Amino acid sequence: MSKLSRRFLLKGLLGAAIAALATALPRFAFGAWPEQAFRTKNVPDTLQALFGTASVITDTKGITLSVTDLAENGAVVPVTVTSTLPAVDSIALMVDKNPSTLAAQFLLAPGLKPFIKTNIKMAETSRVIALVRSEGKLYSTNKKVKVTLNGCSS
Amino acid sequence: MENTIKIRATLENGVTTVKLQILHPMDTGLFRDAKTGNVIPAYFIKELRCEHNGKLVLEALWSIAISKNPYLSFSFEGGAAGDTVKVSWTDNKEISGSGETQIS
Repeated sequence: MSKLSRRFLLKGLLGAAIAALATALPRFAFGAWPEQAFRTKNVPDTLQALFGTASVITDTKGITLSVTDLAENGAVVPVTVTSTLPAVDSIALMVDKNPSTLAAQFLLAPGLKPFIKTNIKMAETSRVIALVRSEGKLYSTNKKVKVTLNGCSS
Repeated sequence: MENTIKIRATLENGVTTVKLQILHPMDTGLFRDAKTGNVIPAYFIKELRCEHNGKLVLEALWSIAISKNPYLSFSFEGGAAGDTVKVSWTDNKEISGSGETQIS
């Protein structure tokens, strides 16, 4: 093997190692806006786009989703998600019947409490789904919210 | 963009709770202007980052489905009174804003 090709090989290996490291690092540090995920129209597609898997464990004990049963105004629906699951690094909010399913994703650094409170919009009566990633596994719970005034379009 | 963000960070029993609100229309792109009948283009915050003493602690990826004048609350361990909490955001027109506060 010539000197040149050995150097070439080494460079290639180094490049591959860096690439592998970059993919192994948590998304947290480089969270690019997940355009594909925000275009999805149903929960399995959203999960696939965000996490590369649609397999999710329904967990009504480990996740608490606080949201009203009846939203007078779909433009402002307060939602609180808390969890007792360990090492939560992602909380996502989805609305089944919105024009796009995924409303928001929150990426949490270690040390953050598994707690998010925000206001979302709802187009019509639908399930609100809270999705939590804990130790690499996905858990979700949901609640039906009746909407009397559409908050997404006129 | 000044005075478009309000942040409060309070420490209680070792847990810092951050509450923030940003003035932003968060237009969905699905409404029409009542007068002209033209569609109001989507205009929304896409990304929000929160730093505690310069360290990234939370990143929010948002869509049009976050309400107008977005509100967000979250909490973390390890804060101390006087620490800086900084929040910065960027919307789909690449306009950004930021604000900071001290934990009290």
